[in-house]
Amino acid sequence: MSSPNTPKDGQVETTGHVWDEDLEEFNNPLPRWWLWTFYLTIIWGVAYTIAYPAWPLISQATPGLLGYSTRAEVATEITRVETANASIEQRLVDAELTAIATDPELNQFALNAGAAVFRTNCSQCHGAGAAGVQASGYPNLLDDDWLWGGDIEAIHTTVSHGIRNDLDPDARFSEMPAFADVLSEEEIAQTADYVLSLSGQEHDAALAAAGETLFLDNCASCHGDAGEGMRDLGAPNLGDAIWLYGGSREAITSQIVAPRNGVMPPWTQRLTEAEIRAVATYVHGLGGGETLE
Amino acid sequence: MWNYVRIAVLGVIVVLAAIAASFGRDLAYQVHMVIVMLVAGGLFLWQVRRADEPVGVPDTGYMDGPVRAGVIATSFWGVVGFLVGVVIAFQLAYPGLNFEWAQGYANFGKLRPLHTSAVIFAFGGNALLMSTFYIVQRTTAARLWGGNLAWFVFWGYQLFIVLAATGYLLGGTQSKEYAEPEWYVDLWLTVVWVAFLAVFLGTILKRKEPHIYVANWFLLSFIVTVAMLHVVNNLAIPVSIFGSRSVGVFAGVQDAMVQWWYGHNAVGFFLTAGFLGMMYYFVPKQAERPVFSYKLSIIHFWALIFLYIWAGPHHLHYTALPDWASTLGMVFSVILWMPSWGGMINGLMTLSGAWDKLRTDPIIRMMVISIGFYGMSTFEGPMMSIRAVNSLSHYTDWTIGHVHSGALGWNGMITFGALYFLVPRLWNRERLYSLSLVSWHFWLATIGIVLYASSMWVTGIMEGLMWREVDANGFLVNAFADTVSAKFPMYVVRALGGVLFLSGAVIMCWNLWMTVKASPAKAPVAVPAE
Repeated sequence: MSSPNTPKDGQVETTGHVWDEDLEEFNNPLPRWWLWTFYLTIIWGVAYTIAYPAWPLISQATPGLLGYSTRAEVATEITRVETANASIEQRLVDAELTAIATDPELNQFALNAGAAVFRTNCSQCHGAGAAGVQASGYPNLLDDDWLWGGDIEAIHTTVSHGIRNDLDPDARFSEMPAFADVLSEEEIAQTADYVLSLSGQEHDAALAAAGETLFLDNCASCHGDAGEGMRDLGAPNLGDAIWLYGGSREAITSQIVAPRNGVMPPWTQRLTEAEIRAVATYVHGLGGGETLE
Repeated sequence: MWNYVRIAVLGVIVVLAAIAASFGRDLAYQVHMVIVMLVAGGLFLWQVRRADEPVGVPDTGYMDGPVRAGVIATSFWGVVGFLVGVVIAFQLAYPGLNFEWAQGYANFGKLRPLHTSAVIFAFGGNALLMSTFYIVQRTTAARLWGGNLAWFVFWGYQLFIVLAATGYLLGGTQSKEYAEPEWYVDLWLTVVWVAFLAVFLGTILKRKEPHIYVANWFLLSFIVTVAMLHVVNNLAIPVSIFGSRSVGVFAGVQDAMVQWWYGHNAVGFFLTAGFLGMMYYFVPKQAERPVFSYKLSIIHFWALIFLYIWAGPHHLHYTALPDWASTLGMVFSVILWMPSWGGMINGLMTLSGAWDKLRTDPIIRMMVISIGFYGMSTFEGPMMSIRAVNSLSHYTDWTIGHVHSGALGWNGMITFGALYFLVPRLWNRERLYSLSLVSWHFWLATIGIVLYASSMWVTGIMEGLMWREVDANGFLVNAFADTVSAKFPMYVVRALGGVLFLSGAVIMCWNLWMTVKASPAKAPVAVPAE
């Protein structure tokens, strides 16, 4: 078919081929700006590969005239910060844990650094605001209810070695037994109602009364006669209405029948002593920190 | 004779699939083998029932059956893919939508690959299949080669989609982004793809036009390169022939490099070269104008396919990948800028002398905005590949925004334009049911994309800056969760953009349906292929 688009558009002609009745192509030249920009990017590309590591050779690639390396760049950056912080970090490591709070400059640095360590390493479980995840076994660190102790040294130990892990022989350890094998279903129901009564929650008085002896026989050795808990064993206080795995009748029953025993990793393998001290200071300063007697 | 061979082969497949299903080691594999058994069994019965039918006179003229089926499949999978996209966008904004009762099946992790594969491979793939079958016949003036092979390609591809999608939901994934299907699904796709290549090349070889039209160069490069990428990236050894698990042959940084060589060229050859093939046919056809420059089409074609294949390493800046590979990936990506823009210039300048059509023809408007988004994302891409820019943009929502301005803007809009172009012609209608509904679709989709892309720019740059923010002592200022909560309003905006885009597509389906159902038929004019 002959082209219907003969030179009426200025001087440009089509290539003369026609497909599918009316598909044609003009023979326009390459746009100049397009061509020159293309050339420029090629020239820039060649120059860039001379300046930076680029062309693979037999045993290694060309290193580039600028000696650039992403790994070296990161290493420089890290060294710069580490050098700048070296002296104050040394002071932090050397200080008595209880003395950190009394040195305003050191305390400020530890709080800042600890907050950063916390956001990166701890917030996954304890939450960005350190409020924990109630009823899921991630303790709230803002209140004054501590499982293993809330003074700076106790916190430092917990962070360093963790809880119930296989990685650190010094990890804090305790294990609540499963009472499904020890108590009957009825006895478990009575104990659960007694535990509910300890924190003043709605409960069945008759069941709770029957549960008191069971509690004293089976639970009090760790949780205390009045359910006040025992920090040496990480046994929670059952009277304060703050719950690790939930405070409903179902949740308490489930914990008696088949207890969950939360795990925390040891951090000595991941963090430096200065970082551990910093994050302990930060957590201690969140609101519930206790002073050593 | 051939009928009996076919019946025998189908019978064997039914038996083998039944055996495989009963020995299957995991749920995805078992369900897949049952699907294969049912499909082969259905075909078996169908073959038996028509075994004695006389062989009909071979058809002449263009073979438009698979194209019509492709139009329906493209629209259907498009709506499915967009819908899943909207669902996961809301899941990101409101995590409660990962319902407890649907855990393991409909949580974000399972639905996300379903969305990407549905949009890229089901919607985009069917758009490419139907366009390829239509364009290659029109521009060679020849019927599709291979008889019913084109039907095999179409239905084989749909089976691939079903196996891939059900596999994701049941946990059958090899965890390679955009290449999630497991080994037997990959093998099946390879068979289908080789048949696709055969139909295409066979048609080109028996063409009645002396010259091969530019669209066909792009389509051929798309089919050939995707075959190569697919085979290499999916090289794996199955753990058992009765299970879906397999172990890839590459490991570590080599595996990462092969994956992104594949991943980036899935963008380059599937979503760019293939769709440029569509653009080179549908835009001049709809505009009724010649392509702007033959010369530009040659130069940018060869530059594009030569450069794209090297650009993959820019996905792995600042990783275990050696610096030299990362530099080369970045340099090739930046040089790729102009060759990519060649397609945009050729598309837009084709309209010179016909710009008034933008006012009167909403289909042209759709195609023009598609080319506009193509130009924008092919500028944004090279820019984001620059190491310094990438150190801010990588892993942030900026990447998501970039991908969607390409996928929704370029691939989506050019496909909508092609569907509006094809339906009246394929069903022999005088015109579309309603042009004002096309305008509605245009505006809903455009506003949807703008909301999507701009919210992702804002949130992506914000999160990149928050991640790298350190105080005077070099300590990080923000927790990861801080960036997540800061992004919430932008996530809502993004999801609303998705809702608009989805509504536009639903309107399109209604419009196309009514065109077939209610538009007056075209006066019969016989157009033989000969």
